[in-house]
Amino acid sequence: MHINIKYFGQIAEITQKEAETLEFSGNLVSDLLEVLNSKYENLKNKDFKVAQNQELVSFETELSGQDIALLPPFAGG
Amino acid sequence: MTERYNRHIILSEIGQAGQDKISNAKVLVIGAGGLGCPILQYLAAAGIGTLGIIDFDMVDISNLQRQVLFGMSSLGKNKAKAAKARLEDLNNDISIIAYPEKLTHKNALNLFNQYDIIVDGSDNFETRYLVNDACIITNKPLVFGAIYKFEGQVSVFNYKNGPSYRCLFPNPPEKDTVPNCSEIGVLGVLPGIIGSMQANEVLKIIIGIGNVLSGKLLCYNALTLQNSILKIKRSEKTIQSVLKEKDSFHKKETDFNCEIEIEPISIEHFLYEKNIQFIDLREAHEKPKIKALNITYIPLSVLKTSVNKLDNTKKKALFCQSGIRSKQAVKILQELNIKDCFSIIEGASEIKNRIENRHCDGGTTKTIASN
Repeated sequence: MHINIKYFGQIAEITQKEAETLEFSGNLVSDLLEVLNSKYENLKNKDFKVAQNQELVSFETELSGQDIALLPPFAGG
Repeated sequence: MTERYNRHIILSEIGQAGQDKISNAKVLVIGAGGLGCPILQYLAAAGIGTLGIIDFDMVDISNLQRQVLFGMSSLGKNKAKAAKARLEDLNNDISIIAYPEKLTHKNALNLFNQYDIIVDGSDNFETRYLVNDACIITNKPLVFGAIYKFEGQVSVFNYKNGPSYRCLFPNPPEKDTVPNCSEIGVLGVLPGIIGSMQANEVLKIIIGIGNVLSGKLLCYNALTLQNSILKIKRSEKTIQSVLKEKDSFHKKETDFNCEIEIEPISIEHFLYEKNIQFIDLREAHEKPKIKALNITYIPLSVLKTSVNKLDNTKKKALFCQSGIRSKQAVKILQELNIKDCFSIIEGASEIKNRIENRHCDGGTTKTIASN
């Protein structure tokens, strides 16, 4: 299926883009992350959370939605 | 006072009853920096009855690009005190309390207990997690905001059994993996936007109007103007694990480690000021010596045991050969809770040059305020 992925903050700097659409047929959010980890080498070392269809989910969640977002914490103020 | 708040009162959603709620509210703002300034400005203008400001840091010239409560006359002053002075001019009808100190595990609970709402405008993860946990323990709503370059995050945590920051990000990232504004830069107007959103949430909570941003994280991008709102679930397990530590919380060491950026200041700020103690941190053999200034010699190697040489009535300008030891020295003195210490950017040779040039100018009497 088509998956639309959004990247925020430092993650967008690693992927060099703020969004992309991928063709993917895995089961879990973590399966998708594995693909992204091999595509973007520096992603592994970064702290981030994943939202699926605008809802924060654990990496073990079944991939059911088309909208995925990778969200890092920000420290600045 | 009806006139001052007239534009609130004539809104049917607020009215006199809503304005009275604002006047009775007690709000504590953590940090008077990029986020803290707009938060404080709007909350003071709105007439929040008691406004607390905690910040140990001093105003530096690089802050003025975004920290809109300050001006040239604030340079070198404590941010909480400088913000209070500005806000008292904005609204002398409210009570503003400045805490010119670091927020720690030791003082957090007692402080939070005196307020209704806590607003986080801090700039490091240690403080953010400390604030979050202290809000869970004291059961106070936390209006959260954080920024990165051109992006911001806003949420309201710990509100009516909603999630906390730890339900979103359970633990702080490893040190030095997420840079802060002083390291990577930030668009000046961004904290203005995010801080204003935080002030808006505070007022909504107090008045009881609209939908409070609880259980949701708003992500804002200033370049694309895209807003994403992502839902966050409460993790009971996470909250309970924080509550379990309640009794030992105040005994925890607050580990700021390398998170506190010492921002060095140019010697120019001090050359024309009175009431400055110049401290040379170099060892006795290091040259050049600076004879034009009245200098106290305390090598960094003996600083901790020589604090009795420091003059508590004066600002302390510390310098060394290149500006590295002076930074370390300020860090050491801050840990010892010694106030008004500044790290000078320039090394001794450059300081000597500046002083000699000053004498060539015929000793102009510029002050720090008109610099």
